[in-house]
Amino acid sequence: MSGLDVSHIHYRYSRKGRPALDDVGFSVEPGRFCALLGPNGAGKSTLFALLTRLIVAPQGSIQVAGFDLASAPRAALARIGVVFQQPTLDLDMTVRRNLTYFAGLHGLSGGSAATAIDEVLDRLAMRERAGEQVRALNGGHRRRMEIARALIHRPEVLLLDEPTVGLDAASRQSITTHVHSLAETGLAVLWATHLVDEIRPDDQVVVLHRGRVLTQGDADDVAGELTLAERFMEMTAEQDEAAA
Amino acid sequence: MMGWMTALWAIIVREALRFASQRGRFLAALVRPLVWLVVFAAGFRAALGLSITPPYQTYITYEVYIVPGLCGMIQLFNGMQSSLSLVYDQEMGSMRLLLTSPFPRWWLLFSKLLAGVAVSILQIAVFLAITAALGTTMPLVGYIAILPALIVTGLMLGALGLLISSTIRQLENFAGVMNFVIFPMFFLSSALYPLWKMQESSALLRDICAINPFTHAVELIRFALYGQFNGMALFWVCVTFVICMLGALWGYDPARTMLRRKVR
Repeated sequence: MSGLDVSHIHYRYSRKGRPALDDVGFSVEPGRFCALLGPNGAGKSTLFALLTRLIVAPQGSIQVAGFDLASAPRAALARIGVVFQQPTLDLDMTVRRNLTYFAGLHGLSGGSAATAIDEVLDRLAMRERAGEQVRALNGGHRRRMEIARALIHRPEVLLLDEPTVGLDAASRQSITTHVHSLAETGLAVLWATHLVDEIRPDDQVVVLHRGRVLTQGDADDVAGELTLAERFMEMTAEQDEAAA
Repeated sequence: MMGWMTALWAIIVREALRFASQRGRFLAALVRPLVWLVVFAAGFRAALGLSITPPYQTYITYEVYIVPGLCGMIQLFNGMQSSLSLVYDQEMGSMRLLLTSPFPRWWLLFSKLLAGVAVSILQIAVFLAITAALGTTMPLVGYIAILPALIVTGLMLGALGLLISSTIRQLENFAGVMNFVIFPMFFLSSALYPLWKMQESSALLRDICAINPFTHAVELIRFALYGQFNGMALFWVCVTFVICMLGALWGYDPARTMLRRKVR
């Protein structure tokens, strides 16, 4: 399938340590918004590091738009857009300069880079801010810019690791809405979060806790008769009790 | 291949823009060797007699002698400074962004190195221009022949900086490394005094200077400045570069960086 397919991923940082990820598997089809829901320490950042090939999983497979990340890393990485939890912008450079740098890292230059940059800036309603230094932007606009940057090379899979951390309510809502609309254009979106209010009832949800997938499916199916927040708390508490 | 060169160019431009925006760094990079040239050399000129040794064919003044060493000094500081920016990049997460580029990791790190070399050559060009304006000139051919030498020595010193920065967790630790790496490397080399002069005071110190890779970098630059080729110096500079680069590639294991963050 195209989109993102993760199967049987195991990872531990040291031989004797407990697994950071234990038999993790799920798929995100093109056009779907998938929330990777888990509390702090669930393994979300480790999974993102594996998905972006910062680290390599000894077991399991990751397919990006039909390309295996282990055997065809260049083709797979070229189809991934990433927004990391930690900001990764040069604050003293302009918005356009930051985007041009990233375009270059993906092999885009000259006219094709300029066109791609204008497109994503328009898409994120940031065109008029292109000449401003990033330092002058507020947190919400910086995040928008990072999302715009992740789209420059026209990826098929968009990964966002807790992108609303530290933002005010209005910015959070605006970014969440925007990324949902990106999914509607055909992108496969994986959105890591621990905030259930960012998830819509028809979104796909993968609940990750202590490195394992507890459940997955459409958000309203996962929630059942409870709210998603209640169901999430219930599931993670059960696991914590079992572990204790 | 076009894409590879585009990525390389993007990294070089970013590094150059960052350098240009840091006026203090540019000023410091120039003032440091100029102070040595103008003040230190004036004081040492009388105390230090220099004999005729290759590549020199006649007696030279001390100012002339230390110019190659000061070029090396610029690259040494710049290599460490570029590494400092890598530690900053690691802390700020922009290193993660760089490594998610579809190009191979070794190419991205090599590009980062070349970007640092380009910045150092820019500094040296300005330094040599000021030096010439102050009356210390080199043969014309030297100003051209020095370029390939500076690329090789810059790569070696940059790779050394990369290797060091790959073992550092935080910016604060870097200051200590600067003192324990830069100063010993600089003073225990042929940058400020010829090895035979060192031999007069201590044979052991002379031997340490002789195996110091920075000595070979300085000698490669010195010979190039006179349009001459020093094969032995080039060999040791290349060997050091390969060792440091392999160490740096091994050191830039994001899994270890992430583990450190979790342990911290």
